This record gives sequence, structure tokens and C-alpha cells, in this order.
Amino acid sequence: MNPEQLKYNPTHEWVSVEQSDGKRVATIGITDFALEQLTDLVYMDLPKVGEEVQQGEAFGEVESVKAVSNLYSPVDGRVIEVHEGIVDNLDQLGQDPYGEGWLIKVELADDATLDHLLDHEAYRKQCSES
Amino acid sequence: MTDSSSAPALRKTPLHSWHVGRGARMVAFAGYEMPVLYTSIVAEHQATRQAAGAFDISHMGRLRFEGPRAGQLLDHLLTRRVSDLAVGRFRYSLICNEEGGILDDVLISFLESPSGRQFYLMVVNAGNHAKICRWLTPHAADYPDVHMHDATDSTAMISVQGPHAEAIVAKLFDVHVVRLKYYRGLVTEQMGKACIVSRTGYTGEDGFELIVKADDALRVWENVMLAGRDLGIEPAGLGARDTLRLEAGMPLYGHELSESIDPFSADLGFAVDLAGDRTFIGADALRRLASRPTPQVRVGLTLEGRRPAREGAQVLDTEGRTVGEVTSGTFSPTLQRPIAMAYLARELARPDQIVQVDIRGSRSDARVVELPFYRRPRPSP
Repeated sequence: MNPEQLKYNPTHEWVSVEQSDGKRVATIGITDFALEQLTDLVYMDLPKVGEEVQQGEAFGEVESVKAVSNLYSPVDGRVIEVHEGIVDNLDQLGQDPYGEGWLIKVELADDATLDHLLDHEAYRKQCSES
Repeated sequence: MTDSSSAPALRKTPLHSWHVGRGARMVAFAGYEMPVLYTSIVAEHQATRQAAGAFDISHMGRLRFEGPRAGQLLDHLLTRRVSDLAVGRFRYSLICNEEGGILDDVLISFLESPSGRQFYLMVVNAGNHAKICRWLTPHAADYPDVHMHDATDSTAMISVQGPHAEAIVAKLFDVHVVRLKYYRGLVTEQMGKACIVSRTGYTGEDGFELIVKADDALRVWENVMLAGRDLGIEPAGLGARDTLRLEAGMPLYGHELSESIDPFSADLGFAVDLAGDRTFIGADALRRLASRPTPQVRVGLTLEGRRPAREGAQVLDTEGRTVGEVTSGTFSPTLQRPIAMAYLARELARPDQIVQVDIRGSRSDARVVELPFYRRPRPSP
């Protein structure tokens, strides 16, 4: 996926929304900036298919040698697919965070919006100021 | 997530600009702005285990004691005698309060300068530096002939650790340094710069620690990096220092050690000398504590899976009762599994005992193991 066309959480999760069978499906991952900051990933915990996620609430956690961080959902919805195997292959996440490193797919709730999310430029600006 | 913007009050070591120039991620630690990593904790850890790592440890406190009764003063303050140290010898010791709680763990050496002046050097933890100075001052007043000098700001401290540390040091110093045995040191020169070198460290590897004048620090550091270039040396930050010491089973003040922990619970009884009628601050309390096993003791744990237990995680027995608490934990780069140190009820503190650790609400099986987790392939020189 092209990072410039994604939407972002200030907490470094990216989201891409596509229409599928009349439903809105969000693919969610974490950014290269987040991976660079975390370094040395050793563990990741992701939700199960069917679990509800809420915008701004933790849906999982990622752990480096040094510390543990929550993964925050950018949207409201229900998990319909989990990237099986990524937790055992965290190197893949680092090599292609916007493609093969996706984490979960979420069917958006009917009233879910993306208005609160940052576009690429605003997200980059936030990273460069941090 | 970032903490690279630092409060203006943070102190800088003489090597600060080198770290920044090298792109290190700087963090606040014990009042200093220090490099936590340059590229990756794991890469720096592995470089130290397989080749060599160079660490700026200038943040540690360096106190010098000189005078006829300096040894007596230190014997009064420390859990081990040091007045019997021969020139060039180093000794690990504790400073305890009257109740036997650990105020700090320190490294003491007795050294002689080329001009023949003999002095003790005490290296204290950065986080305890001010506290120890406050603790020492009234006691030192009883020994007016002992001159105590805080050399922390006027010097820097560099640690070179790893299997290639000796070959690197051989390029920098004369043969007396290379021949140093473990826990010995001397006052010498590096390219004309006054330098205290010792065969000591905090990684579980062979290694050397260098103390130089602050003004010479950058030159000596660059000489170390140059000497190690063909031998795989990497600068290593506090992140790798922590994973290395944890694998080596070494306690860290503020985690395994505190004023509410006594040396016997910490499994540091070897660092308490109660022989004969020796008196020192805390001796009475320590004699009482030594007379029966402490309820808890520091142990090593290895965990199943990949998820590390962190400081504060509760340790549970098979019935779910709390029987201990994790004080440090990480994912071991060498063992490729989570490791931790914990205080555990003594009746469970035996190798292969299975316990559970509560990691943010989910329980992982853990096995009690003998420390250290990692022992370097070759014995100490």
C-alpha cells in the first residue's frame, strides 16, 4: 500500500479502508516510524476474529526488548481477519509494514468515521516534531 | 513514544556529542542524557557477546579517598573490608544502612599513581551518587585526615567488553594492561593521557573499564573505536548494557536492590564480611539477618513463549497464590527466550521449580533457574 494514501492514528497505527460486498473493511498496521522507535520486536498480541475494536482503545500490544506498547484501534468495528503468522515473523513486519506487515482487518461499524484520523502529511509532520 | 527531547537540567557526559553525532537515541537516565541505543539493542548486545562493545559509563559516580585512615573509614562504611586490599586490587561491596538495607552496590579499588600516591576509588551507581555523598559526609567528618574527592565531573568512564576486548586493549596500552587479571587494575597512560584501567565490567564478558580526564575522553574513546574497528567493535547503549547484565545474572540497583532489600535476600551474602567481631554500619542488623534464612530470595526465571515478564509482574504458585515479584525482565538475545529476575519465597527457590508469572492479566509458566543465565565460553583470564 502507498503510505501517502493511508490514514493514521496519532499513536502510529495506519489504516486503509476499502469497499467489499457493500461493507467497509479497514486494514490496520503500524508505521515504519513506530517500528523504528520500538526496535528489536520480540512479541505481539493481536485480537481474535469476531472481537470488537473501538477507536482509541487498545486492540493488542507490541513488545520490544526494552518495553511494551499498546496498539490502538483507529476505528470502530469488528475483527474479520487476523494476519496469522505475523506474530511469529516480526522481521516481516519491519521489512514491509505497509504491505505484508498488515495486522488485522476490521469491518467498520455502520456509524464509524475516519474524520478524526491524520492524513499522511499531518502524520509525517507529527513524527518530525516529536 | 519518543523521549529524545530532554529537560534542560539533564547533564551530559564528555562523550555526549559523539553519541548524538552517531545518531544514538538519547534518553534521560539518573539525571544524565545517555544513549539507550545507536542502531538496535539486540545488535549491540550480540556485538558485545561475539566481538566487542564500547560503553560510555561516565554517568557513574567516581569518589576518591586519600589519607592514612582512608581504609578505616571505608571499612566502617562498607559490608566488606577494603583496608586489606593490595595495590591494584578491586572488590565488589555493598553500602548498607543501620537496618541492613542496601544503600548502594559499589566497586572499590586501591590504586597507586605513578608519583607514588595511594588512594581508594569507589564507583557508585549514578542514581545513588548524590545519596551516597550525603551519607558519607557526616561519617567522613570523623576522619578529618581523609580527603574525599568527587571526581565524577572531571573524569569520564569507558567500558570495553567482549571476547575481543583484550585484543583491542593490547593495541592501546602496554603489556601490563593486557596481563591484568580479573578485578585488577592500574594507573597508566593511553597515548600520553592519564588513565586508570581495570579488568572489570558488567556484561558477563571479559572486558576493561577506563577512567580518563574529561578533556581526554573523546580522544581516548575514538582511539578505542579505531583500535576495535577491524575487530568488530560497536558502540553500545544502556539498552544493551541492561540485557547483558541481566543475562549475566547481575543485580541492578533500583530493580533487584533497594533500601528495603538486605544482602542475603539479594543472594549477595558473599559481599558481607561478618568475620570475627568486625563492626561497620549495619553489621548488627546483618548478623541478625544472617542467623536464619530470609523469607524471600533473588532467583532467575526462564519463561515459555516469547513474551517477557517485566518489573512488577507477580509470581504465583500453582494454586494461584502470590509468592514473589519480578524485578527485571527482558527477551534474552542469547537464549532467545524471555528471562527475568525475581524475589521468590525461599521454599520455592530451587532449580526447575515451576511457577507462574502474571503478565498483564495472562499467566505464563516460568521455571526457576540458577543464575547466571549466560556464562561466557572461556573462563576468566
